[in-house]
Amino acid sequence: MRKVMKNAAVQAFLASILCILLGLLIGYIVLLFINPKGAWESILNIIKNFFTWSRPSSQIKQLGNTMAKTMPLILCSLSILFAYKVGLFNIGAAGQYVAGSCACLYAALAWGWGWLPCMLFAVITAALLGAVSGFLKAYCNVNEVISGIMLNWISLYTANTILANVKETASPYTLYLNKENPGSMLPTAGLDGLFNGNTNVTIAVPIAIITAIVIWFILSKTKLGYELKATGNNKNAAKYAGMAQNRNIILTLVISGALAGLGASLLYQTGYMRWECTQSSVPSMGFNGIAAAFLGGLHPIGAIFSSFFIQHITDGGQYVNTNFYSSQISDVISSVIIYLCGFVLFIKLTMNKLITKSEEKKGAKQ
Amino acid sequence: MLLLIQYTLIFASVLLLVALGGCISEHSGVINLGLEGIMVIGALGGALVMRSLGTTSAFVMVLVAMLAAILAGMLYSCLLGIAAIHFKADQTLVGTAMNLLATAAATVLVKAMNTATNPDNHSSEIEYVTARKMFIVNINGFEFNWFMLVAIIAVVLVYFLLYKNRLGLRLMACGEHPQAAASVGISVYKMRWTGVLISGALGGLGGLCYILAGVSIWKFENGVAGFGFLALAVMIFGQWKPTRIAVAALIFGLFRALSNTYTGFPFLVSMNLPGNVYNMMPYIVCLIVLAFTSKASRAPKAEGIPYDKGTR
Repeated sequence: MRKVMKNAAVQAFLASILCILLGLLIGYIVLLFINPKGAWESILNIIKNFFTWSRPSSQIKQLGNTMAKTMPLILCSLSILFAYKVGLFNIGAAGQYVAGSCACLYAALAWGWGWLPCMLFAVITAALLGAVSGFLKAYCNVNEVISGIMLNWISLYTANTILANVKETASPYTLYLNKENPGSMLPTAGLDGLFNGNTNVTIAVPIAIITAIVIWFILSKTKLGYELKATGNNKNAAKYAGMAQNRNIILTLVISGALAGLGASLLYQTGYMRWECTQSSVPSMGFNGIAAAFLGGLHPIGAIFSSFFIQHITDGGQYVNTNFYSSQISDVISSVIIYLCGFVLFIKLTMNKLITKSEEKKGAKQ
Repeated sequence: MLLLIQYTLIFASVLLLVALGGCISEHSGVINLGLEGIMVIGALGGALVMRSLGTTSAFVMVLVAMLAAILAGMLYSCLLGIAAIHFKADQTLVGTAMNLLATAAATVLVKAMNTATNPDNHSSEIEYVTARKMFIVNINGFEFNWFMLVAIIAVVLVYFLLYKNRLGLRLMACGEHPQAAASVGISVYKMRWTGVLISGALGGLGGLCYILAGVSIWKFENGVAGFGFLALAVMIFGQWKPTRIAVAALIFGLFRALSNTYTGFPFLVSMNLPGNVYNMMPYIVCLIVLAFTSKASRAPKAEGIPYDKGTR
């Protein structure tokens, strides 16, 4: 038992579960505080999400919608965790995601490109934006968090301006992909059949999962990954060992940006969502990526599961009793979870202390 | 022109208050990235008071609303204090979580309150038309806001606190080398808490000032549009020094004010740029300025590093 508890992966898993439970508990308390009557039912609905539908066929269709939004979230959390492993907090992932959205939607609607060129264009645009942050960090010593936030707003306003050229005349939303350019939509490759004909489920699913595995491979099995992590752990030591520190910083943010851009393409090219050209806040996908990255114990494979969970409760928010509550309660829960993730180090230390203590006791008895 | 000066001064006041908050917190050794969230909560506290007070004298209204914002900001900053000072949490992560939480929590609370009074009202807006008028003194078309005075007082106070006062010097010692400070009997925990709480108070005040700047109805879903981070940029540009921060705040305030008033300048209108360009302006200027000023950074040496008694 103690041996199992000492395992780092097990500890990370337990810490995440603890964060989730506490986050849900606090969400429940907030609901109780607002109105005690429907609180229990509403928090259950958040947890159940698509299970609140009674027929299995609708359940599986709704599951498909959650899946469609989970894939971009996986990419965003990969983006955050990849940079974090190198000691960079890429909060600019939200803006890189916006840049990616703008690129793939504009290429699809204005230039009529196919799905693959659109996707690559999104990836490249977002990577370039990441490079800006990286360049500023490496050569001008600008904190990447602040430059990231500034770029988030700059890209939001730029995207609103550019995409206004391809929006519907009567609404602030961009044109429908399936009407204007069906060729730019991601192929479903038969996956929609598994989800009761939900065409929002596309090859985005395998792409996201394969990317997670590739990122895991790069970080833990290659020389590049080792160098990047070394730079993150101690940049002076890495420099001393002859690693190109500035190049590594820029490269990290380029990869991180590319991941966020791919995420955007995986959402907007399913046609599930359209861009609203008057939106006044940066889409929350990039920020939710932070929650998913930390909840997943900063492990690429963990990110797959944590992203699904975060998206699951975010979607579940729409099933609360709107007579008293609002769907943003899920945002409260996920931000509380991020906050609690700050304590993970402390939780792990306490676990290890307890284990050592009980081992000492056992040793003393013998 | 008068309008531009008015908006410049009011936005500069916001940035100044919040940047001074960030400055004190960083001098004590804690990076306060949660300022954005603290602003939202401070604004919420102030807005709720403004709505519930109803008809009172202008003096009481201004005083009570400001106190509420200060109190709300300080309470919220405790989240940062607990995590960063006692649990050695990653300050960037905690600050980010606080920003997300503030907007979400404020939205949920305001919506719940609106729905409770009127079941059909699902908006996250609070209105304060009469209360806003009490903050403003009209001098020949120039709207003087009491917050402009508060901001000037804050600069003076922070200057004296940091450079002419025992507390301030001790506080700064904890941001430069906490172990050395501890070795001469200064409680690092106490100093860092002081820094965080003062930044909470100033951040909350700045938040209230922000929602009073141009409008008399606030939608809490929108947060404060990156102003907390702009303030941090002002702080870096000001090299962590109160007087320089004041100058930096004026420059940034001017660019922010342009987006509200550019339609009043014929030569700007004749350039025929989309309005979004002016919306982007403060952020672009911020990036450029940071690119040129961050190299020779005078940041406190120990900022962002959790205090560990055992290290040297």
